[in-house]
Amino acid sequence: MFENLSDKLQRVFKNLRGEGKLTAENMEAALREIRVALLEADVHFRVVKTLMENIKQKAMGEEVLSALTPGQQVTKIVRDELVKVLGTHPSRLRTANEPPTVVMIVGLQGSGKTTSTGKLARWCSKNGHSPIMVSVDVYRPAARHQLAVIARDLKLPVYQGGEAEKPLELARGARREAMQTGRDLILVDTAGRLHIDDELMTELSQLKESLNPTEILFVADAMTGQDAVKSADEFHKRLGITGVILTKMDGDARGGAALSIREVTSQPLKFVGVGEKFDGLEAFHPERVASRILGMGDVLSLIEKVEQNIDQKKAEEMQRKLLEDEFTLADFRDQMKQLSKLGSLESLLGMMPQVGPFKEMKNAKVDEKEMTRVVAIIDSMTERERANHMIINGSRRRRIAKGSGTTVQEVNSLLKQYAQARKMMKSLTGGLSGGKMGGALGRKLAKMKLGGMPGMPWN
Amino acid sequence: MFPSLFGKQDAEKAEPPKTSLLDRLKQGIQKTRAGLVDRIEDTISGRKEINAELLEELEYALISADIGVRTSTEILERIRQRVDRRLVNDAAELKNLIREQLLEILQAVERAPVQPESGPRVVMVVGVNGVGKTTTIGKLAHLLRERNKSVLLCASDTFRAAAIEQLEVWGKRTGVEVVRQGSGADPSAVLFDGLQSAKARGLDHVIIDTAGRLHTKSNLMAELEKMQRTAARVIPEAPHEVLLVMDATTGQNGLEQARRFTESAGVSGIVLTKLDGTAKGGVVVAIARELNLPIRYIGVGEQAADLLPFDASRFIETLFA
Repeated sequence: MFENLSDKLQRVFKNLRGEGKLTAENMEAALREIRVALLEADVHFRVVKTLMENIKQKAMGEEVLSALTPGQQVTKIVRDELVKVLGTHPSRLRTANEPPTVVMIVGLQGSGKTTSTGKLARWCSKNGHSPIMVSVDVYRPAARHQLAVIARDLKLPVYQGGEAEKPLELARGARREAMQTGRDLILVDTAGRLHIDDELMTELSQLKESLNPTEILFVADAMTGQDAVKSADEFHKRLGITGVILTKMDGDARGGAALSIREVTSQPLKFVGVGEKFDGLEAFHPERVASRILGMGDVLSLIEKVEQNIDQKKAEEMQRKLLEDEFTLADFRDQMKQLSKLGSLESLLGMMPQVGPFKEMKNAKVDEKEMTRVVAIIDSMTERERANHMIINGSRRRRIAKGSGTTVQEVNSLLKQYAQARKMMKSLTGGLSGGKMGGALGRKLAKMKLGGMPGMPWN
Repeated sequence: MFPSLFGKQDAEKAEPPKTSLLDRLKQGIQKTRAGLVDRIEDTISGRKEINAELLEELEYALISADIGVRTSTEILERIRQRVDRRLVNDAAELKNLIREQLLEILQAVERAPVQPESGPRVVMVVGVNGVGKTTTIGKLAHLLRERNKSVLLCASDTFRAAAIEQLEVWGKRTGVEVVRQGSGADPSAVLFDGLQSAKARGLDHVIIDTAGRLHTKSNLMAELEKMQRTAARVIPEAPHEVLLVMDATTGQNGLEQARRFTESAGVSGIVLTKLDGTAKGGVVVAIARELNLPIRYIGVGEQAADLLPFDASRFIETLFA
């Protein structure tokens, strides 16, 4: 894996602490790193230039906040800027006032149009539509057959048409069939080409004329390099695309193409394709893609996993406690229990970004038995002790050790870890809730209650 | 059976292919030329003095071809050193310097493909989804058939809908037999069948199609390792070549792809496809430099004859001609 931007910036700013302000001089190396990071993520170089100007302006003269390291702070500025370009909120699929709605799927060859058509059909049928699919790709060997197989697997209808039918005839046939069978959405999978040629564009504009689609979705491969701008721009000029599906996001491509495409077409990114299964289509979240472009790990996927598994109310309560410094040993125990619900800790650690306090965790050896022991120790305390660890003196420690079948040393080290964890979490949540983006992430990190990892028993 | 497809194909077979290899290369990479070399020329033209700004613009020209920021910076750094030592004075010389640098990188990794001691030469074709593996195999079969070699195709992409059918269409176009099992069959089992049959019949070449997979899917990468082991059981040194097919539009993720596929599948060369598009495929330069992998073929069109063996010096000469 690449080193992520935050790490790099952390290194660049190592000597900055105490300087107080971001200036042209101390920002120079950082800006260079940002530029490299964006280019390595395949953001188009012109888009990078514009971004760099904006980032520079924003960062210059900023006070260095005490809660964030300068590296974190600049990362935040960069991320905010990326989110701004990507669009600040997820966008929806539009439908026609009068059904059937026609959605055309266009894009270069191999970008994943047919698979995306299938995924979109599944997504639509799950969201209250009854879609019908049609492939008008009469060029690629077995392309229409591929969509037919997908439709069969999805148990959703596809308009087959005759072997010799032309794209326009196929599309019209699909519309007729949709009307007759009461389908409210037609997904038209079109032919791709290696590059944009007149013939293809003419065919696509004819289809557009005849079908009057509500959405023309441009399918783009997340792995695309600098050329993304060119093809998106061409498609947009000739057809007027209304949205973008970014595919193959389950790989490790940074997906900088998303920024470039959005910048040149100013059309919203609507979906991301992940995985080969048909439910692998998700709404596009600008913040996630922004983090990803900067190489900041799967932290949001991790958060989702956590959110699915963790009691929301409890989590909010915990967060409040953290912020108000009321995080007790009882909470610490609850947290352990919830954490073990998430499955293998090692797999969770793998998802963490290698930033700041998490940095050392990647190679941490996790002893799951240790967790049981910690829970046992806390179980052996009295209510009062759990609420206030300060009262736990020598004789109490001996009692707790006996009660939990451990040693005084183990009780001591737990108490020490708890105190450390508390301190870590406080600084982490306090720091991250400082700004707009930090707020959301900070709250989430707090919710995850993983913030104080270094103090936890597997160190 | 496929009259419309074959009508066209037959007409192409009739044209003499030998005369046009260089022309096809010229034609196939003309967009790459337009995007990279013309841009370098435009940047340089009319300027005499070499200054920081000009060098930066050249760096961006390389980056816009997906050569990547690290490799581009390095190339420019070397040029900058020469400028500093006053070995270069005229901006017009810069184009040549870039040409030399690119050629040096690509030539450094060139090596002769492994040939089998006996029995069929086994080529496994791998890559992420949608890069044109099956099409490449069709074209490769065509190339070998033109040299009067006997070829067998092995449909080990048992996952993607209609992949087997697509390979069969190519089999018919090129007059090559396809070994297949049902959709969803074990790819290694198909491979085993294919190699056994090729060995028994004394064929020259076996080309194995594999399902496209993202290099981040460890279970699917493990499947490739298994296929390798299976191949080696039938023919000890097989596969003799593992070709990673990469789409010219691929950006810097290409490096990661090459790295991971080499780890799991022992990639021995790259096939760069879709080079006739507007994308320049510059990531292969970064791959050559960082991972020491040669380019074996380039795909420059949709027709069967549009796969060209790659030769670094011919390619660069044509590109910069």
